[in-house]
Amino acid sequence: MIKRITASPLIWPVLALVALLAVNVVLTPTFLSIRVQDGHLFGSLIDILRNGAPTMLVALGMTLVIASRGIDLSVGAVVAVSGALACAHIAASTDPASPGTVITAMGIAMGAAVALGLWNGMLVSVFGVQPIIATLVLMTAGRGIALFITDGQIVTVTSAPFKVLGAGFAFGLPVAILVSLAVFALVGLLTRRTALGMLLESVGINPEASRLAGVRYRTIVFAVYVFCALCAGIAGLMIASNISAADANNAGLWIEMDAILAVVIGGTSLLGGRFSLTGTILGALIIQTLTTTVYTAGITPETTLVFKALVVIAVCLLQAPKFRALLSRKRRPSTPAAPAANAPAQSLSVPVPPTSAMAAK
Amino acid sequence: MTTRTATLPRIGLSDLGKLARGRYLSPLASLVLFVVMFAVVVARYDFASPTQVFLNLLVDNAYLIVLAVGMTFVILTGGIDLSVGSVVALSTVIVATTLRAGWPMPLAVLAVLVVGPLLGLLMGLVIEYFDVQPFIATLAGMFLARGLCYVISVDTLPIKDPLLRQLGLNYVYLYEDKFIRWTVVIALVVVVVAAYVLHQTRFGRTVYAIGGNRQSAQLMGLNASRARVSVYAISGLCASLAGLLLAVQKLSGYSLNGIGLELDAIAAAVIGGVLLSGGVGFVLGSVIGVLVLGTIQTFVTAANLDSYWTRIMTGVLLLVFVLVQRVLVRKPG
Repeated sequence: MIKRITASPLIWPVLALVALLAVNVVLTPTFLSIRVQDGHLFGSLIDILRNGAPTMLVALGMTLVIASRGIDLSVGAVVAVSGALACAHIAASTDPASPGTVITAMGIAMGAAVALGLWNGMLVSVFGVQPIIATLVLMTAGRGIALFITDGQIVTVTSAPFKVLGAGFAFGLPVAILVSLAVFALVGLLTRRTALGMLLESVGINPEASRLAGVRYRTIVFAVYVFCALCAGIAGLMIASNISAADANNAGLWIEMDAILAVVIGGTSLLGGRFSLTGTILGALIIQTLTTTVYTAGITPETTLVFKALVVIAVCLLQAPKFRALLSRKRRPSTPAAPAANAPAQSLSVPVPPTSAMAAK
Repeated sequence: MTTRTATLPRIGLSDLGKLARGRYLSPLASLVLFVVMFAVVVARYDFASPTQVFLNLLVDNAYLIVLAVGMTFVILTGGIDLSVGSVVALSTVIVATTLRAGWPMPLAVLAVLVVGPLLGLLMGLVIEYFDVQPFIATLAGMFLARGLCYVISVDTLPIKDPLLRQLGLNYVYLYEDKFIRWTVVIALVVVVVAAYVLHQTRFGRTVYAIGGNRQSAQLMGLNASRARVSVYAISGLCASLAGLLLAVQKLSGYSLNGIGLELDAIAAAVIGGVLLSGGVGFVLGSVIGVLVLGTIQTFVTAANLDSYWTRIMTGVLLLVFVLVQRVLVRKPG
């Protein structure tokens, strides 16, 4: 049983998250307390969940793209475009507070996100451009397009229905996190209870071989980029809705980096072919908790990045098979029991079918 | 373009046609597109002196040229370095802070030129010996360097050192009234040295060989590990030098300098025909890429457009170059 747990690739992200939470509890003993106010749950943990929801959503989409041996650098730009379009539509409408306007605005934003995803998918699968360059195009141009839509201004809107997605509560929980978790559940079901996940992994491991085996390579690549862009689009709506404004310069700035980090911390290989959705969610939570920790610890917010870098390095090194082999070599002479305990850790370097990763869900 | 001869092996005229279809095709296509773009911009906006406009491209982008040179080394091995923008900022902050603290100028410059390569070396070691993806390792490096900037100072710090001010403010007259600045001279020296290292030394050949096929390179007895770690140190060195050039150009150090600069450097390399999969490309190609980006900037300024047009046009051009290269260089990316 213990062997099973220590062999799980998710053990390091879980430990990192628990350690971070423990640090917080030491710093502020009331950290874990959740109280009910106005029928909603309040507390630091809820804040972490709510603020982490957009990153979590983007990271979910990113996981699938990375599993197909791709990468999507354009999500931050899509976040900005989506928020800009929605806010521009609501601000221009005669009745900003009506649910109809808000639904149309969200429809436009998500439609645009899908179009941008199709664009990325086309460059990658039809033109055969490397994913990193293909999405770099949109990453560079996208924020410019968002600024073009908002005319370089910050568009503010006053619309109660629009605020629901980013700042509202349902069943006592923030709507944003409910949306992210719903997407997580949906993707989990689609990839782990149907053959889709396996097809995706086969594309990631060897695109050519999977094509010869009859896997629809193009369709799958299109699908993952569209899904990733759609996630980014919804995340953009969350961010815009949370602050009731579209800030084309700063909305979703560096969210692609955070999302990729979350994916990697969660144990998904950037080389494709193996992914863990649960790991990604943990990764996103670690990043958000880290940010919150720096605030609660009273350290100047400017130094957040230093801590982020250190945690990223630590988690990545702990996951690197070579680094773990180095550690276990050093430990072996001192403790005779070490070889047995380390055996599962070393077997990690062999790609295992990751079905067990999702079983925890 | 006097440095051109440095990278091209001696060739007869008859070979030119063959070369134009080979690995020189991408950079040549970029060069042609640059010349066309530049001509159109100059013709459209009726600049008094096209020569000076061209020289200004170099003056304004001297630091980016140095940065793109370092990035070229990394990309040639099939890696990527996202940390350079932050290292540029860190360098400007370090030089400004140490000078204010009363360090002598050479010592401050030396400090900068030690920190950058050191960071690069660390990232290279992590990448090579622990199999961490270059993307992730240098992303962590980017956060670290930017975070260190903020830790050192969040304010704009002026640089008052007389020698550095001269370096930044003095003109170097080429002929009549046409001038460049010393930063350009430094950048061009870096380009020449880089081209020499890549094409005339064992280390340079190893860099190309790793990008082509790491395993073959190793089996040939080349020291792949050392070369792979070195390119990140070189990129760090270039980034810190670029930081110094930027500091000299702006005569200040600021922790928000160079945000997104790594993307400009990567874009320049891609536009210049350096393949992100490694093994293909030239330092001069990246320089052409920088000139293309500079021309866009010149156009947007001359046409009095909002600055976000620079981004849109860079994206569009990036797309055009990528697609042109796909069509011309039928090489699986």
